[in-house]
Amino acid sequence: MTALNNDIQAHNRRATMLGSFVSNVAVRRFIWQALAALALFGSVFWLAANLHHNLAARNIASGFGFLTREAGLPIAEHLIAYTPADSYFRALLVGTLNTLSVAFWSIILATILGTAIGVARTSKNWLLAKLSSIYVDLFRDVPLLLQLFLWYTILQKLPPVRQALNPVAGVFLSNRGLSFPVVDWQAAHGWTLLAFVLCLLATTLYAKRASRKQLEEGRAKSFWPVAIILLVIIPLVVGFSLGASTNLDMPQPKGFNIRGGVTVSPEFFALLVGLVIYNAAFIAEIVRSGLESVGRGQHEAARALGLHPKNILTWIVFPQALRVIVPPLTSQYLNVTKGSSLAVAIGYQDIVSVATTSMNQTGQSIELVGVIMGVYLTISLSISLLMNIYNARVALVER
Amino acid sequence: MIAETDPTTKATAVSIQKVNKWYGSLHVLRDVDLDVAAGERVVICGPSGSGKSTLIRCINNLEEHQQGKIVVDGIQVDHNIAHLDAIRREVGMVFQSFNLFPHLTVLENCTLAPMLVRGVARPDAEAQARAYLERVRIPDQANKFPGQLSGGQQQRVAIARALCMKPKIMLFDEPTSALDPEMVKEVLDTMVSLAKDGMTMICVTHEMGFAREVADRVVFMDHGQIVESGSPHSVFGQPRTDRLKLFLGQVLREH
Amino acid sequence: MTALVEHIVNPTLIEARERPELIGGGFFAWAREKLFYSWLSSLTTLVLLAAMAKVGISLFQWAFLDAVWSVPAGPQGPITDSCRALGSGACWAVIREKYRFILFGTYPFEQHWRPAIVIALFVGLFVVSAMKRFWRIELAALWGLMLLLIGLLMWGGIFGLTFVSQANWGGLALTLIIATIGVAIAFPLSVLVALGRRSDLPFIKWLCVAYVEVIRGVPLITLLFMASVMFPLLMPEGVNLDKLVRAQIAIILFFAAYLAEVVRGGLQALPKGQYEAAYVLGLSYWQTSRRIVLPQALRTVIPPLVNNFIGFFKDTSLVLIIGLYDLLHSAQVAVAEPAWQGFGVETYIFAGLIYFAFCFAMSRYSQWLEFGLNMLRHR
Ligand SMILES: Nc1ncnc2c1ncn2[C@@H]1O[C@H](COP(=O)(O)OP(=O)(O)O)[C@@H](O)[C@H]1O
Ligand SMILES: [Mg+2]
Repeated sequence: MTALNNDIQAHNRRATMLGSFVSNVAVRRFIWQALAALALFGSVFWLAANLHHNLAARNIASGFGFLTREAGLPIAEHLIAYTPADSYFRALLVGTLNTLSVAFWSIILATILGTAIGVARTSKNWLLAKLSSIYVDLFRDVPLLLQLFLWYTILQKLPPVRQALNPVAGVFLSNRGLSFPVVDWQAAHGWTLLAFVLCLLATTLYAKRASRKQLEEGRAKSFWPVAIILLVIIPLVVGFSLGASTNLDMPQPKGFNIRGGVTVSPEFFALLVGLVIYNAAFIAEIVRSGLESVGRGQHEAARALGLHPKNILTWIVFPQALRVIVPPLTSQYLNVTKGSSLAVAIGYQDIVSVATTSMNQTGQSIELVGVIMGVYLTISLSISLLMNIYNARVALVER
Repeated sequence: MIAETDPTTKATAVSIQKVNKWYGSLHVLRDVDLDVAAGERVVICGPSGSGKSTLIRCINNLEEHQQGKIVVDGIQVDHNIAHLDAIRREVGMVFQSFNLFPHLTVLENCTLAPMLVRGVARPDAEAQARAYLERVRIPDQANKFPGQLSGGQQQRVAIARALCMKPKIMLFDEPTSALDPEMVKEVLDTMVSLAKDGMTMICVTHEMGFAREVADRVVFMDHGQIVESGSPHSVFGQPRTDRLKLFLGQVLREH
Repeated sequence: MTALVEHIVNPTLIEARERPELIGGGFFAWAREKLFYSWLSSLTTLVLLAAMAKVGISLFQWAFLDAVWSVPAGPQGPITDSCRALGSGACWAVIREKYRFILFGTYPFEQHWRPAIVIALFVGLFVVSAMKRFWRIELAALWGLMLLLIGLLMWGGIFGLTFVSQANWGGLALTLIIATIGVAIAFPLSVLVALGRRSDLPFIKWLCVAYVEVIRGVPLITLLFMASVMFPLLMPEGVNLDKLVRAQIAIILFFAAYLAEVVRGGLQALPKGQYEAAYVLGLSYWQTSRRIVLPQALRTVIPPLVNNFIGFFKDTSLVLIIGLYDLLHSAQVAVAEPAWQGFGVETYIFAGLIYFAFCFAMSRYSQWLEFGLNMLRHR
């Protein structure tokens, strides 16, 4: 007892003398943070000094001036006009667009495939559920890069153009990639497409209103006639009245090359196939756990109230499952985008590939790594921003 | 005062004849016979796992029976989807774990099914929902979400939600077992007032007070069989089988 | 539409439209209930069976019936003509010839027993760490000891072992080293970052948030490029870290950012009452963290941690892009010599099976843990 008292007294004495300053909470907080700041800025300063010295020693001028120089860098696939005579800036832009393009198509296809497999995993059909779960296990547990190499190797083993596989009329699969027909593009097609997009918007609005109306008035309005008029008839009328040709530009094997149609390179195709198959396995798991997160009790209560299976899905299961699905799905979309950077390993020219080639040519590695990081951070931050807005809108209110 | 009922003169609301059900090799309902007249209040009790839930869930086909016949309000429970739809419209159910829809407000919980299933227009559905919420004495919570309510309040919303379908028969599956003791009473009060209005009710519950107050009949189940049945007075007062005596001993000790 | 709906609604809740007349077991009863319970289900089953037969038979032919298991040796190396003959299936001869290269890379041939023991030690270490009864503080010591032993075996230079530079490390052994050292260092780091992110000191919090978000926002490849091309520029002249070490640092920083998010999830799930109870007992910040918060928080996040480890194990394959000879790179290089060119599919499948074995084991383990945790929570 006395020992304890002595301790406390000693402590108090110390505290009143020197320690009162250091043991003040605010001061201590300040000291901790000041130390951290010192360490951070100190090391940044040290690295910057080293960098400055090294660059000077290697005669590399830092800065982004090189962006306007001629790149002299051939890029096989480009969504906007590009020649090697264009600037580094344009080359990097082409690379960024290539990243976005392969990520975009991968996300769409992986979502479709992944959703189908995720739903199949919850099926009552044993074989379907089993095969889907084998798919998930198989493709989720092997590195994406290995899968990309595998697909790329297999694609290169495809026959040359002369013996191209022709699974469906007009579609050719050869070691030059995948070729398929497209329409001869005219302005009229553009208008038709525009009409279709506008009608699609109108249809979704209509569908929303129709389901709300169904609740308001208690009677279901038939939806399909309007949808068909909007989605099929109006675009067709626009197309015909503007005289859009229905000629398809068919790919034709000519010698060592394929003429006409659209050909996607084996690199793009392998990357697309790899990203889709790999990420579909993850999306399937996300979808499945979302569907299963809606408890048995919810189904039972809805059925006891007499709701039909279709209504149970639209009003009870989907709204609740989506809350669970969307956040991990978004981060999976981010993973698809980041995974597309493996393009560099099989020679598809995405932003990483273009930037590393530029790095070798110019030696501006700091700036170019900065460009890559900037591109990805912009994509990531935009997606997370959208995500947060969505989450705030749908969050469940709890006590 | 509870309305007088005389089972012999009233129409049959639910008729269960020689019903059997198995889960795999587990025989959970054995030759169950039970007739419930319109306006009658039946309380089912029995040890856990005796098949009480299974029995009442067979009435609205949440579970399927494999042998025997169940007729609800003149409609047979079979594989005819039209029959099942009709039965579900007439039978309301309240679960032990409430099962409110967490993404919908209290009001929306109550209006969704009437609008989708019965085709009631929104203003009418809302007015009716508010009336029932008033009746279960939580009119001021209409725009809250289930997650913001206490357990007792949630269960009362669940009752209101079922009532909004204007059912002829109400099934209760241990509606108070998931509740804290102080909330049990508010839910039981609601059920008593429902009984006084003459609703046909089949309640699985171990609340002896409730059973004494409103039940026309108490049914004791064990091992998938109906072992004893009769007035609350006779079943609780003069148990004939050892199984019931044992059970009553346990329940009384718990309460 | 209803047919589709039927698949989506939780299967146990679908109204069975047919009543099984048969009660009891038997294959036919089972098949009727699980495979042919409706016309749509029967159709699905038949289509799937047909597809399985078609794909299965041709795969079986390729992988077994038409496969070439060995090739004769010639004066200038193996003669692979039989593999290239028309109609021949998989050329497993390449695996027979190259498996040691794929497993151990360019490690000196007669010293292969050393990385072989290292691989066995790693597997043993993982198995021991996975067992709950060994989850004690001594496990950390065991890890330290093992890593020391592994370093000793790989480098050598003492006890009569010849010295092998890390430039010659490769194959599965290298993959395991990068992954394990990465996790072993990243994990404690991630705990600090996670605590920092929840700290009430604004500057420290801001620092941790920036670190985690930036690293998670960019692909691993950028970090590896930074390590391989930028790192030398940032060091004082004369300091020249080995490529493997640089890659390892990048990987640690990458892993730690992801793990920090997992740990933070566990910290967030901890009820506020725990902090308050520790506070009123007079525990300091570090005491609270070490004795109260972390033991509980880490326990709940073990399954997601293991899931992250699976991702990391696969991610180590990216080091091939900066030229390290990991498992995948060895599989790629194994078919570089002219005799074996064109048999990449076989070596990739071989490497893929190894990756799969590790990842699948970890994922089943994490599912099992999760199941156990759920059981605990429900009790
Ligand atoms: N879906 C099911 N699958 C298999 N067995 C079940 C299922 N539901 C209930 N059972 C079993 O059936 C028996 C009766 O259950 P239940 O009707 O819920 O009992 P009670 O409601 O009287 O407690 C119990 O032994 C239970 O374990
Ligand atoms: Mg029960």
